[in-house]
Amino acid sequence: MKLKRFEEAVGFGILGLSAITVLLILCIIVFDITKKGAGAISWQFLVDFPREGMTQGGIFPAIIGTIFVTFITALFSIPLGVSAAIYLSEYAKEGRFTRFIRVSIRNLAGVPSIVYGLFGVALFVEGLRFGTSVLSSGLTLGLLTLPWIIATSEEAFKTVPQSYREGALALGATKWQSIRSNVLPSAFPGILTGGILGLSRAAGETAPILFTGVAFYLPRLPDSVFDQFMALPYHLYILSTQHHAIEQVRPLAYGTALVLIALVFMVNLTAIILRYRYRKKFSM
Amino acid sequence: MNLVRIKEKAIHFFFFTTGISAVIILLGIFLMLLIRGVQTFKDVPFFDFLLGIAWNPSAYGEPSYGILSMVVSTVMVTLGAIIIAVPLGIGTAGYIAEIASPKKRETLKPVIEILAGIPSVVMGFIGIVLVGPVIAKIFGLTSGLNALNGSILLAVMSLPTIISVSEDAIRAVPKDYNEASYALGASRWTTLIRVTLPACLSGIVASVMLGIGRAIGETMTVLMVTGNTPAMPHSFFDSVKTMTATIAIELGEVPYGTTHYYALFAVGAILFLTSFGVNLVAELVTVKHRRGRA
Amino acid sequence: MDKIVTKALSLFYGEKRILKEIDLKIPQNNITAIIGPSGCGKSSLLRCMNRLNDLIPESRIEGQILFDGKDLYAENTDVVEIRRRIGMVFQRPNPFPKSVYDNIAYGLRINGIKNKKKLSEIVEKSLKDSGLWEEVKHQLNTSAMELSGGQQQRLCIARALAIEPEVILMDEPCSALDPAGTFKIEELMIKLKQQYTIIIVTHNMQQAARVSDFTGFLYLGQLIEFGHTNQIFTIPEHKLTENYITGRFG
Repeated sequence: MKLKRFEEAVGFGILGLSAITVLLILCIIVFDITKKGAGAISWQFLVDFPREGMTQGGIFPAIIGTIFVTFITALFSIPLGVSAAIYLSEYAKEGRFTRFIRVSIRNLAGVPSIVYGLFGVALFVEGLRFGTSVLSSGLTLGLLTLPWIIATSEEAFKTVPQSYREGALALGATKWQSIRSNVLPSAFPGILTGGILGLSRAAGETAPILFTGVAFYLPRLPDSVFDQFMALPYHLYILSTQHHAIEQVRPLAYGTALVLIALVFMVNLTAIILRYRYRKKFSM
Repeated sequence: MNLVRIKEKAIHFFFFTTGISAVIILLGIFLMLLIRGVQTFKDVPFFDFLLGIAWNPSAYGEPSYGILSMVVSTVMVTLGAIIIAVPLGIGTAGYIAEIASPKKRETLKPVIEILAGIPSVVMGFIGIVLVGPVIAKIFGLTSGLNALNGSILLAVMSLPTIISVSEDAIRAVPKDYNEASYALGASRWTTLIRVTLPACLSGIVASVMLGIGRAIGETMTVLMVTGNTPAMPHSFFDSVKTMTATIAIELGEVPYGTTHYYALFAVGAILFLTSFGVNLVAELVTVKHRRGRA
Repeated sequence: MDKIVTKALSLFYGEKRILKEIDLKIPQNNITAIIGPSGCGKSSLLRCMNRLNDLIPESRIEGQILFDGKDLYAENTDVVEIRRRIGMVFQRPNPFPKSVYDNIAYGLRINGIKNKKKLSEIVEKSLKDSGLWEEVKHQLNTSAMELSGGQQQRLCIARALAIEPEVILMDEPCSALDPAGTFKIEELMIKLKQQYTIIIVTHNMQQAARVSDFTGFLYLGQLIEFGHTNQIFTIPEHKLTENYITGRFG
């Protein structure tokens, strides 16, 4: 009996330890980057161009480039993803074909990001002749984000009470009228949360934009969707592995990493708060 | 009245076309990789490509396109990652699902979400500035940029997938199983090990498969921390160049339409098929699991 | 005159038969109650009449339902039009998460009425008809979710009345309400039958006895007996009906 209790204590102890380890890993990452990156951060760092062969100055064009490309990603992936989710949740009849679509979506979510990069090169850069540009990169990231947007939006549609749909239909609404006026508004917070998280992942991606439009260094901001751009994650990659004076620019790299992490943090926090409020509203 | 019906039909059709977009994209990616990848074999015999050890496309006169070294590198780094991540991930999942108070669960879940959200370049950066020096110091190496470093970071990156999918699996086990076990005088620990885990084994296998998929396909992190030496690795302390890293490094430099260019797409095709296979296994395991339950 | 007539109506969910050859005549401007133990198919029968069962995958019917003599399930039937003429009130109040005003105006707007003055007129009239006007006239713009359960249900009735249907289907409209709320709805139903044909499904026999003119007893998907309410409740023809209304099972 005693042995059994001892066994249980050890077993639970090991499980607890694994959880603590995971927590610790995140803490170490955040702590290291915050500690060493904080020194590099200043208003100047955020609004300045890189100077002196990127050994001085800031990351302004990388911030703007990331925002710009993420905007294109959103324009492409959110309407398409939400529409696909509407189809799956509101129109599709469960059956072999619908199952096939779902399997495709899940597999699409598992395709390596570098493969999306290859596809982007073949389709957007070369096939459609968009060249290496914000547009090509944004669309490539859009494809990458699509399965995520579909999955989270469908989840959001599933939480809409069936009575909202039936109530509208019983009043003589057409299917589309009931979706537009009742289903979409109720699912909106959930779609928003999923969209924000999906886009934050896209903004942090590097592999898909590597050959589709990101630039090592640009002395100006992109002036159209057909221009190349700088991006935060790629900038960090350059500063930490490709730069000619790696040790010298380490503080800048830390600063860039901190900005990226802070961005992820804020976006996740926003999403978590949104979801929390949303849940509260619905449990009423 | 007819107009309304036509409009509804059109709307239905519109959503249908967006609904099948995922299928079209998946098919498109596959066809593109196939068409381009196959071009490689006009110049390179298929088995030389698959089983050749030397990858040296830019060698003057006699280029070689053997991918075996990079396949082994990828497998090695992934294997290392899974060895680290599986016990840690399942342990954490067990803790969250069975032991943690609701409050602790509510804190741990966002932690895992944030961990999943950290960009891969940031993880790579951590590998360079933090993990690398530690490895070099402990094992007395000149550089810590090697397969081990890659495995450690990929482990961290596949943790969120493994944790959240296994946790869902553990929680999906009906509570009456546990109660039946308690009623027979079993402790919570015995119940967890003997009843709950076997009952959700397929869900856990699925989580591991998805974790493997994540690790195989990861690009930037391995690119930054594994040293990228294109040779057959002999130990975890060797610098390795994985399949994803090879594409990332070389695609930017090769001229369009050369054998080297197509060979990179062929490597991409192999990556695609591997991840497809891994996901499909996860899918089949889950489906079988659900059937068994019903 | 019979508003709705079912002829040998059977309903299937996949292989499962929910309703079995039901022949029923619903008289106009009367209240018809459908009673029976839970799971007997009474809600499913109601949902055949505005074709809400269409939403359930693999549901199909055999037989006919005639609405004003026209087959509801005919090839060229406009389902949307049917649902406009046959309104429905659900078991649990299901106001939309919109304001009181927008809830009532919903059915009007989807029917293309945009004129603000006209909308306001109909909203006021519907709320008055459902006896809710005095209680909510100062909070038309607050969320309908903030009303009490009974008020929400009367709002749902008002919402159905706003588009002036010919028939109102009520699916256990009082099961989620307290006695006071129930009383108000029953009062309202009796008032409404001057203008509307009402079909109510209920498991509450007293309610059926109080409000309805005709009663049908449904058991395991079959219509056991149908007739004038006071006849069904005093001298039922079938032993099963008698056992049910005297509370021997249910």
